[in-house]
Amino acid sequence: MEETKEQIGHMPRIGEMAPAFEAVTTHGMLKLEDFKGSWLILFSHPADFTPVCTTEFMAFAKIYPELQKRGVELLGLSVDSVSSHIAWARNVEEKTGVKIPFPIIADLNKEVSLAFGMIHPGQSKTETVRCVFIIDPNQKIRTILYYPLSTGRNMDEILRLIDALQTTDKHGVATPANWRPGDKVVVPPPNTQEMAEERLKQGYECIDWYLCKKKL
Amino acid sequence: MACVSPDGKPTESGAKMLRALRAGSKFPEEVAQETGLPLFRVRSGLRELSQADLVVEKTGKYEITDKGTALV
Repeated sequence: MEETKEQIGHMPRIGEMAPAFEAVTTHGMLKLEDFKGSWLILFSHPADFTPVCTTEFMAFAKIYPELQKRGVELLGLSVDSVSSHIAWARNVEEKTGVKIPFPIIADLNKEVSLAFGMIHPGQSKTETVRCVFIIDPNQKIRTILYYPLSTGRNMDEILRLIDALQTTDKHGVATPANWRPGDKVVVPPPNTQEMAEERLKQGYECIDWYLCKKKL
Repeated sequence: MACVSPDGKPTESGAKMLRALRAGSKFPEEVAQETGLPLFRVRSGLRELSQADLVVEKTGKYEITDKGTALV
């Protein structure tokens, strides 16, 4: 059966402004605009008190200090209630000693989930899949990751993405496959023949005129 | 409400923000710096405190009201 637009919602794209919202969270009513000026990772999980989600929340809590050093805030989301989120966070802390320091949206009416395309009816008609939206300080969507219900997310990759995006913004460069902070970066390709010829004299490490790397 | 309890009194984080405003009006960024609270919490908290008439916003800066002063 074909899914209706109401069941799926809008699918935002990289480069678009993040859809504005005001939502009930474990830290009170929050608006997207409250995060303006900071990087924001908005991520959804299928449900509270479920095993994979619990491991992910502990992992997000573990990288939170590293994210804060990079000017990044975290905001979780599921279609559970605030009471459920609070009970789950308290249970995680009681059983594992890990405190959940970031807010979690209680998206009972699915308003935010649908605006961000977090419900994938092929996986579940009621739960959100594992989405990650990296939103920059101007509230533009810079990265979107979707994971299936069965697979927990990789925190190293999320940190790597933040480092790569911030490096790109700061230095006007791109980052190659498997890039890590400290590795060489890719110099943007030249737009003219003259620039291509000049590039080869600039001391970059070039495989050819279109693929040059440099140390920052 | 994260900054104002159902009985109308400020929570711990709400009281922190009110105390930061006792010395004079401030931008949310200044309140965040003084209280150590994340900026997003300060922005939403000041909005709540404003709805409870404990602070008032004037051209981007917030100042504590007499009602707010009486509570901290």
